[in-house]
Amino acid sequence: MIMTTTTLAPAGASVQTHTQVQALPLMMAALLGLLVIGFVGFSHIEAVHNAGHDYRHSMAFPCH
Amino acid sequence: MTLFRNVVFLAALAGLCAGLVMTALQITSTVPLILQAETFEGAAPQAHEHGAAEAGAGHSHAAGAPAHVHDEDGWAPADGFERTAYTTLANIVTGIGFALLLVVASEFTSGITTLRQGLLWGFAGFAIFTLAPGLGLPPELPAMPAADLTARQVWWTGTVAATAAGLALVVYGRASWLAIIGIALLVAPHLIGAPQPVNHDSPVPEGLHHQFVVAVTVTNLVFWAVLGVATALLRGRMLDRSVVARPRLA
Repeated sequence: MIMTTTTLAPAGASVQTHTQVQALPLMMAALLGLLVIGFVGFSHIEAVHNAGHDYRHSMAFPCH
Repeated sequence: MTLFRNVVFLAALAGLCAGLVMTALQITSTVPLILQAETFEGAAPQAHEHGAAEAGAGHSHAAGAPAHVHDEDGWAPADGFERTAYTTLANIVTGIGFALLLVVASEFTSGITTLRQGLLWGFAGFAIFTLAPGLGLPPELPAMPAADLTARQVWWTGTVAATAAGLALVVYGRASWLAIIGIALLVAPHLIGAPQPVNHDSPVPEGLHHQFVVAVTVTNLVFWAVLGVATALLRGRMLDRSVVARPRLA
């Protein structure tokens, strides 16, 4: 059986610094996700609300 | 930045898959109910004649007041293809957003390596983003009365954050008292309670609303299951390929 890498992180980081190396890019990716969801689901901008209207109702985001 | 790039790439593909599935589900289940409910907009509540006056005085979005007044002020997509296109776009974009959160959260542990893990992480997402906020703020149809929008958005966001933290403590907390705090975090938003409208009189028939609540909950369950499974499959492929092309992802 071929051994495969099981982490998306750059390999080679020592075990001790592993978490530190991973934390920043992961937090940045999570922030990007939150911004995207917040903008589409929560924006009070009229046009954004109207464009995402059916989506917001279907996802049970607070709407109107 | 290799990790950031890999996470975004994986989330983009998984979010695209789940967003497209979700769009198909919404077009066949929730959107027809929304369109049906829109025919009640501007109509008076069915029960209690005094309800309309009370709700109307409360705030402009309540039943009794003409709902969707604001729709006429700003741009809105035309019904039909354009409206569906924007729903599709919103599903894909936020699908990627939810996928980013799912991938990041799972990478903080050992990552989603099997389909079963993908499903479990998906169920966690469903509990956090649909079940918990839906208890206090059930999915609402157009023309239904509701409390102040910002207050509901604050409660929704707080509930999502508390539920996510609570689940994480229950599952990963090393000491048993951490699990107890986790349970407390899961319960707290519902003790505080979601902002509710002055009264619930609505021109939308209860049967229609009930159908909508079920449709929203079930479509979201499928969305999260697909997102978790797609993440598991795509992550496995990404890592396999990297083994062939380059021994490491870095």
